[in-house]
Amino acid sequence: MRQVSLGLFLFAFWLILSGHYTPFLLAIGLGSVALAVYVSSRMRVVDAEGHPIGLLSRWLGYLVWLYIEIMKSAWAVTRIIIDPKLPISPTMTKVRASQKTPAGIATYANSITLTPGTITTDVKGNVLTIHALVRGGADDLEGGDMDRHVSGFERGRV
Amino acid sequence: MMEQIVDIASWILIVLGSFFIITGAAGMLRMPDLFTRMHAASVIETLGATLLVVGLMLQAGFTLVSAKLVFVLLLFFFIGPVAAHALAQAALHAGVEPMLDEDRRNREPPGGAEKNETDPVEPKT
Repeated sequence: MRQVSLGLFLFAFWLILSGHYTPFLLAIGLGSVALAVYVSSRMRVVDAEGHPIGLLSRWLGYLVWLYIEIMKSAWAVTRIIIDPKLPISPTMTKVRASQKTPAGIATYANSITLTPGTITTDVKGNVLTIHALVRGGADDLEGGDMDRHVSGFERGRV
Repeated sequence: MMEQIVDIASWILIVLGSFFIITGAAGMLRMPDLFTRMHAASVIETLGATLLVVGLMLQAGFTLVSAKLVFVLLLFFFIGPVAAHALAQAALHAGVEPMLDEDRRNREPPGGAEKNETDPVEPKT
C-alpha cells in the first residue's frame, strides 16, 4: 500500500521533471521508479516516518498556516536587522513537544527552524533545545501555540 | 494588457525578494555570533527565496518550468531546516558558546506532554 503510494509520487515527480513523453522514456521512468521503490523497501525506509501518507490530506492546510507564521517572523527579523540599534536578546530554552510520532516531532522541530528567529539546536526524545534571536521568540514557543498546531496536524484536528 | 499586469507583479515580487535577500545578507554581517547569523540567513531562504521564485513563476506562466520552481521551493523548505539543525548542533558539539542574554536551558521545559527523554518509536504497521 505504502509502496504503491510512494511509486505514484515518484512517477508523478519523474513526469514533471522530465517533460518528455515518448514510450521509451516513459518505460525508463517506470523502471527507475520500480527500482527506487524496491531499494527503499529493502532499506526499510518506506514506513510511517519515511513516507507519512497519513498526513497527506492535511499537509496543504498546515503549510499555509506555517507559511503565514514564517512571513510574520521573517518580517520581524528583517526589522531587527534594519534597526540601527540591532535590538537582539539571544535566548536559549527547552520546550517539550506533545507530538506522539517521530514524524510529528520532526515536523515541529523543522517548523521551529524554518520560522526565522528560532532554531532547534537539539532534539532528545520529546525535549527540544531552542535558540531564539529575541526573548519574545522563546516566550512564544514556551507558550506552546505552534506545538498545539503541529499536534493538531498530526492527529487530524487543526 | 494582462501580460503587462503579470509582468509588473512579477517584477515587484522579484525586487521585494531581492530586498529581503540583501537584508538577510546585511544581517549576517551585522549579527554578533554564529547562531544569531543563522537567524538572519533564514530570512533569505524563506521570505527572500519564496518571493523570488513566485516572481519567476509569473514570468514562466503555467508551464513545466513553474512546476520545477515549486519543487525548488519545496526543496528549500525541507532541506533548509535540516542544514540549519546540522550546523547549529555541530557548532554546539564543537564547543562554540552561543552569546546569550538569557539561558533557560537548565529549567524544567514547559508545555507538551510529560517529559520523555527516549526517542518515540513508530508503531509497526
